[in-house]
Amino acid sequence: MSIRTITFDAIVVGGGGAGMRASLQMAQSGFKTALISKVFPTRSHTVSAQGGITCAIASADPNDDWRWHMYDTVKGSDYIGDQDAIEYMCNVGPEAVFELDHMGLPFSRTEEGRIYQRPFGGQSKNFGEGGQAARTCAAADRTGHALLHTLYQQNLKNGTQFYNEWYASELVKDDEGNVCGVIAIDIESGETVFFKAKATVFATGGSGRIYASTTNALINTGDGVGMALRAGLPVQDIEMWQFHPTGIAGAGVLVTEGCRGEGGYLINKDGERFMERYAPNAKDLASRDVVARSMMMEILDGRGAGPDGDHVFLKLDHLGEEVLHSRLPGICELAITFAQTDPVKEPIPVVPTCHYMMGGIPTNVHGQAIKLSGGHEGEDQFVNGLFAVGEVACVSVHGANRLGGNSLLDLVVFGRAAGLFIEDQLRQGMTQYEPTDANIEEAMARLNRWESSTGGESVPALRKELQSVMQNHFGVFRKGDLMAEGVAKLADLRKRIANAHLEDKSKPFNTARIEALELDNLLEVAEATAIAAEGRTESRGAHSRYDYPDRDDENWLCHSIFDPKAKKLGKRDVNFKPKTVDTFQPKARTY
Amino acid sequence: MKVSIYRYNPETDREPSMKEYEVDTQGKDLMVLDILALVKEQDQSMAYRRSCREGVCGSDGMNMNGKNGLACITPLSQVAPGVLEGKKPLILRPLPGLPVIRDLVVDMGMFYNQYEKVQPYLQNNTPAPAIERLQSPEERAKIDGLYECILCACCSTSCPSFWWNPDKFLGPAALLQSYRFLADSRDNATEERLSKLDDPFSLFRCHGIMNCVSVCPKGLNPTRAIGHIRSMLLERGI
Repeated sequence: MSIRTITFDAIVVGGGGAGMRASLQMAQSGFKTALISKVFPTRSHTVSAQGGITCAIASADPNDDWRWHMYDTVKGSDYIGDQDAIEYMCNVGPEAVFELDHMGLPFSRTEEGRIYQRPFGGQSKNFGEGGQAARTCAAADRTGHALLHTLYQQNLKNGTQFYNEWYASELVKDDEGNVCGVIAIDIESGETVFFKAKATVFATGGSGRIYASTTNALINTGDGVGMALRAGLPVQDIEMWQFHPTGIAGAGVLVTEGCRGEGGYLINKDGERFMERYAPNAKDLASRDVVARSMMMEILDGRGAGPDGDHVFLKLDHLGEEVLHSRLPGICELAITFAQTDPVKEPIPVVPTCHYMMGGIPTNVHGQAIKLSGGHEGEDQFVNGLFAVGEVACVSVHGANRLGGNSLLDLVVFGRAAGLFIEDQLRQGMTQYEPTDANIEEAMARLNRWESSTGGESVPALRKELQSVMQNHFGVFRKGDLMAEGVAKLADLRKRIANAHLEDKSKPFNTARIEALELDNLLEVAEATAIAAEGRTESRGAHSRYDYPDRDDENWLCHSIFDPKAKKLGKRDVNFKPKTVDTFQPKARTY
Repeated sequence: MKVSIYRYNPETDREPSMKEYEVDTQGKDLMVLDILALVKEQDQSMAYRRSCREGVCGSDGMNMNGKNGLACITPLSQVAPGVLEGKKPLILRPLPGLPVIRDLVVDMGMFYNQYEKVQPYLQNNTPAPAIERLQSPEERAKIDGLYECILCACCSTSCPSFWWNPDKFLGPAALLQSYRFLADSRDNATEERLSKLDDPFSLFRCHGIMNCVSVCPKGLNPTRAIGHIRSMLLERGI
């Protein structure tokens, strides 16, 4: 075998919040841990998170209770979030957030010296009975940046071994399907290496770049989901894509929900605060799926603004210059740069924009990847050696709709949990599965295909086409016939991408090669999304269908499981058995 | 419009050269990063870094018509007069003073080394409380203008003192981060941090040229932070 092998106890693929929280945990315990990231870690997409991290630390309200946060999250998920996982996240959350403060995260502060918390959408006190809560811990409107840099700094301190600007291209499995590590390319030199490890942790983030318009960074190409699907592993609830209500119209850049938390609100072209009609109680702080749909209805009913009537406005000027500059300084900058609008004076043009992948690789609370089992009854079975945390994973704490501020909490809680679990497993003695040369060859096949391509369509053109299919056929509102058309278009794209051309085959820092490999992943995620969206014949959370407008608890109060081999959709039970509290029973979801 | 881009591939080129491209912007005031994407569609061998495309990740620092900045938040109209109108070419070069890996991609190793030297993490040897370490809004305000750094290297690579001594002078970005922890009420390694800076090079090579301030895409002021550290060192010496 001609390929170099590097061996670790554990490898983490992805240098965002989840990956670096997991690697930090393992590095602290002294195990040989490597973090492989296709960008320098502080360039990961966690850096773009703005509003904050939701957690019942009882600063804004001394009586706050993690069970109230749990209730909101279950309701927000439209009841297909797993209640054991949500319980774990909300309960462990405060400890994980205080740790971040101890690590140095520069949270904004209250007069009492505690962490500042702001209201976010879908938050309540006393199980929905006590009015709006303020539960999102914030570092101005740069919480993700502050969190990511803090975690990078702590990893430096604790001696994590970084492989920055290395791109993981494929999982390596043995003949039984046990995971042995990954193939990765050193982008700078072009060298290909086999990273061998007892534990492989995917923390590769989301895949928002399957859509033409997204708040996601250019690097969010679903590499982890792509690798899992090619390895024949299932993905769960992949039809559930969150469209964030406030992306800057045209640019797609995110404007935090914290703007509405601080008192901003949406208006249509007539200046009407329309959310009062759609969600009389929570208004602009209803759940994201509800607000995004309401905005689209306004636009479709002809009350959108601009020459094409294709957006609405986010009004902030009434908050005053001082609040805007102290609480939302980053938003002021972004609005001026990308919308040529100063929020102190005029409203920002906004439109719902693809933002977050609720689905992903199914895992338990320890991050262990779940594989397909016989039916949707019975015990979960795990993929030996594989873990997933953060946006690439589907634990599932977000179900059909994620609440704002819960993604950063998900990252730190489950990055930490996977680290703790692997640490413990390593101590007890974990098996290192050994691949054969043929296994490694198999993992190299895709890369070799691109390397030997001599003609065909170009990567940028195919990518653009894929993104427009997803945008036009699988957006905020969905319809069976339109989706069937989309599925057919993707099948055609699959054939063409399999014959596409990598013209530049040079070694050093060849970003064309990386973009080609990313295109394969975009296709895998897009196809899984399309088939799952067509298959879920109901409307729930972010998945909203004209032809099935109602939630169907009888048939679909469950996870969808996409099987990449059969390209078919199955079902998996949702967990309704939290350990310390009573089950939250599904009920009609109103805000 | 015309775009002129620094090209160098160590595998095939003996020396770098500038390559001209023609790009159709349809008269729009696009960001420089958008122009790079259009060039990349024509010529996929042209390499550059990018990630967030909104000025928070710090990947796409480069030199645009002579000035360092982030390509993703620099519209053509702000590069130089005449560029948007097509009267002057857009000229893109890698950040100065660092080794070029390929095209617009520089080796940031030296820059990151200097960052690591300032021990850029909170140090506090007292036992952590069960909740957060309390910090008043006034104490917290002292790290505003410091923690927002995105490590894009626009500042350090525009600094003549850093060009001259990139191994010994820490440079504006690292020193800004050094002060970020000196100014944090939760950090108690002040003495150790200061003693590491007390030599002729680490900090004192700053000559107040202030290029760092004029190029910082986040509007931060490393020169002021360096001044604060100087004062702390001075007080400590008395």
